[in-house]
Order: sequence, then C-alpha cells, then structure tokens
Amino acid sequence: MRSHDRYTEVFLEMLQRASTQLPDDVVAALRRGRDLEEDGSLAQKALDTILMNVDLAREQTAPICQDTGTPVVWVHHPVGVSTRLIENSMIEAVQRATARQYLRPNAVHTLTGKNTGTGSGAGIPSLHFQEWDHPEVEVRLILKGGGSENVGSQHKLPDNRLGAGRDLEGVRRVVLDALVQAQGKGCAPGTLGICIGGDRVSGYEESKRQLLRRLEDTNPIPELARLEERIFREGNELGIGPMGFGGKTTLLGVKIGTLDRLPACYFVTISYMCWAGRRAGVSISEGGDVTWLS
Amino acid sequence: MAELKLPVSEDEIRALHVGDAVELTGRMITGRDAAHKWLIEAFREDVAPYLKDTVIYQCGPVVRKNPDGSYVFVAAGPTTSIREEPYEADVMCRYGLRGVIGKGGMGPKTLAGLERCGGVYFHAVGGAAQVLAHAVKKVERVFMLEEFGVPEALWVIDVARFPVMVTMDSHGRSLHDEVDAASREKLKELLALEA
Repeated sequence: MRSHDRYTEVFLEMLQRASTQLPDDVVAALRRGRDLEEDGSLAQKALDTILMNVDLAREQTAPICQDTGTPVVWVHHPVGVSTRLIENSMIEAVQRATARQYLRPNAVHTLTGKNTGTGSGAGIPSLHFQEWDHPEVEVRLILKGGGSENVGSQHKLPDNRLGAGRDLEGVRRVVLDALVQAQGKGCAPGTLGICIGGDRVSGYEESKRQLLRRLEDTNPIPELARLEERIFREGNELGIGPMGFGGKTTLLGVKIGTLDRLPACYFVTISYMCWAGRRAGVSISEGGDVTWLS
Repeated sequence: MAELKLPVSEDEIRALHVGDAVELTGRMITGRDAAHKWLIEAFREDVAPYLKDTVIYQCGPVVRKNPDGSYVFVAAGPTTSIREEPYEADVMCRYGLRGVIGKGGMGPKTLAGLERCGGVYFHAVGGAAQVLAHAVKKVERVFMLEEFGVPEALWVIDVARFPVMVTMDSHGRSLHDEVDAASREKLKELLALEA
C-alpha cells in the first residue's frame, strides 16, 4: 500500500542513502582523477582525503558532507495518486532524517535568520511532479549543497565579451568562462548540469534535473554528446584541479539538456554539483514494494 | 605530514608557506557568517581567550547531543570562506587569531591581514565531513547556540591531526590567485582557437 507511512519510510531510507552513500559512478570518477594527479601533489592529497571520506561515510552511515543541501525531488506518478500525500510524506521524511543527523537542519528563515531546526521550511524540500502512464511512482532526488549552488549561473546569449553567439559554440564559451569564474569554490571536481533554452525558471530546474544522469551515460542527441565531451576535456585542461589547488581533475562530468525557448531568448543555465554528487532514486509499486534505482 | 600544535606562535605561523600540508592538534573554535559579524560588532570578552593564538574554523557542523548533555561532531567540513572576506582580517587582528580554516580561499583584504598580523589560511578539503569530524576529539563548549542555531554557533573543539593545506601565507602568496590567473590564460587560449 502506498500510504503516508509507507512513503515516509521509503523516503527516509532514500535520504539516508543519498546523504551517506556516494553513487558508484561518482566514486569511480574520483578514483580515476586521483590516479591522474601527480604523486604527492595537493590535488592528489585532496582526492585521497575525499576517497577516505567517502568510505568512512558509508561505513558509519553518516553524512558525506555536513552541508546536506536542499533535497531537490522529481516525482513521476500515475493518474489518481495524490501529490499532496507524497509531498507531505517527503517533508516528514526530511524532518525525521534531520532528527537522526542524516541531514543537517538546513532551512533558515530569510528575514529573521532563524533556523527552523527541522530541516524543512518554505520551499524546502523542493518537489517537482509529473504524471505518467506507468503504474509505479518513481522518485529521484539530489542533495544540492549551498557552496556549489552559489557558483551556479544563468547567461543570455549573445555575449559579446566572450564572442558567444546563439549556437552551441556560444554555449561552450559561456560554460568554460563560468567554470573559470567558479574556480574550486563549488568543491571541485564537480559535475555541470546545463540547460540550453527554457526561461529563467525552467532553465534552472532542467539544469538540476540533468544531475540525475549517471556520469558514464551518453547523451542521445549526438551534437549534445559531442559538446558534453568537449567541455569535459577542455574544462579539465583549465588546470583548476580539486578544491582549486591546481591539477588535472576539475570536472567529473558534463550533462546537457535542452528546452524550447522564446524567439527572443537564448538562456544557458548552469548548475554546479560538487564532487559529492549525491543522488538516489526509487520505484514504488502499487503494492508498496520498492526497487532502488541507480 | 608535519604536525602543528595549537595554540601556535607567530614565528611558527610565519614559517609556513603555500603548498605545505600540515596536521593541526589542539584547541580551535568554529565560526561562520553570523559569528564573524557578531565578533566585529563588539569585542566579545568571554570568547576572546578562545580565539587568541589559535585558528577559527569556518564550519557549520552536524552535531549530536548526548543524553548527558555533551556534544559530538557528526559531520564537520569547511564552508566557503569568501563570505567572511569583509570581516576576517579584522577578526584576526583584533582577537589575535593565528589563522583561518576554510575552503575556496579568500581575497586581498584577508591576504594583507595575514601578512600584517601574522596569520595563515589553511584549506581543509571541502565536503570531507567525516574525515574532519573524526579529527574532532572533544567539544569543550559552545557560544551563541540558542541565538544562532547549530551551524552558526561558535563551537570550541579539541582536534587531533586535523589535515589542512596552506594555500595563503603570511608572505603575500595565494595559491588561489595563482591558479585563477593560470586558468584565465588557458581559457583565453581555448576561446581564441575558435575566434
């Protein structure tokens, strides 16, 4: 049964997994980066510490990073399922995960500066719903930390300063420039979620949704696959390195999606995910049975 | 890795250079946005002894309270330092701090403060909340917990072999400025290719 209690129980486990277990593809990318760096360099030391940290968090079921971020959640549901029930269950799961220290109390009243203490607040967690034809409810989320959120950016093309026109070459230019602006501040090596097109709201949402993709997947649109590959290669040539210490590992991945746009608008929206690319997914059957998704 | 004991002298701090990896052992204090603003608004007599000759760790930890009232750091990585750029040099010089631990580096005002007052910027690995929490051996006391909440309170902690890297020193060098300049040169080259 997909009841409030069942949803809450499943979501609590999902939050715990997301906060404490880094996905295998992200760990593999960090290991590859570690082996590329020069022996004894600060870059290699940083990646060694990161990998040690990832193991420790998993063993101890403790948060990988103390900034457990905003849970950003995408839900696919069949007709007739109450989205309010799912939302309320997720809020309760966030509160319970916070009480158990899987999450940090991370919601601060913007005017008073007072922390709600519960982990939830106005707009936190953030949920997006879409109805689909399947009987399952599928829930996927990322935990998006504040340091990396602060280096996200939105650009409108053309951008004369960078010689960036309204085409994929223009996209490449603004993205590489944004990566230089970010340096190591978003906790490099990071993954870029990028949306080309859309409006100022939908662009950010799509850029974050791209961060649900596995690092080794291939974009089904060939020109976007080529652009992802190129920005990944050139981004790593910038030499910013882990934590901005200098080095070969600046990016773990680049994921690009598109939305249609108004004729007058051409936005490129970038969300930066830190090295702790925390995500989790679950499929819940009508009977309440659960399949974990990678 | 070299070990550095806290409290630390100005001479020991001035002997450190960009690129040094060290492990810190001793007493330090946490403080981030609310704490820095508060420390500058007035001289805080009760906290001042906990700042003198040690370092401030820019960190908003996850903390567990034990049934006996004591606290344990559950996750404790550094937060982004640049937000404290307006305050840090003043806090450091006023309270006799010998350094900062954070991530992402800081700007020219802090760099000048490090040179003037004898301080160093230690970079901890961002996100390494478990490795760093395990180096926290004891929570001694806490200031402003009620007012600021868990992440923003000033936690006085004892650490052992807490791993950090010097990325800004008291000799005017900043690794962050150097990497930034080199990456901008490379960017020019990459963008000119298609120009």
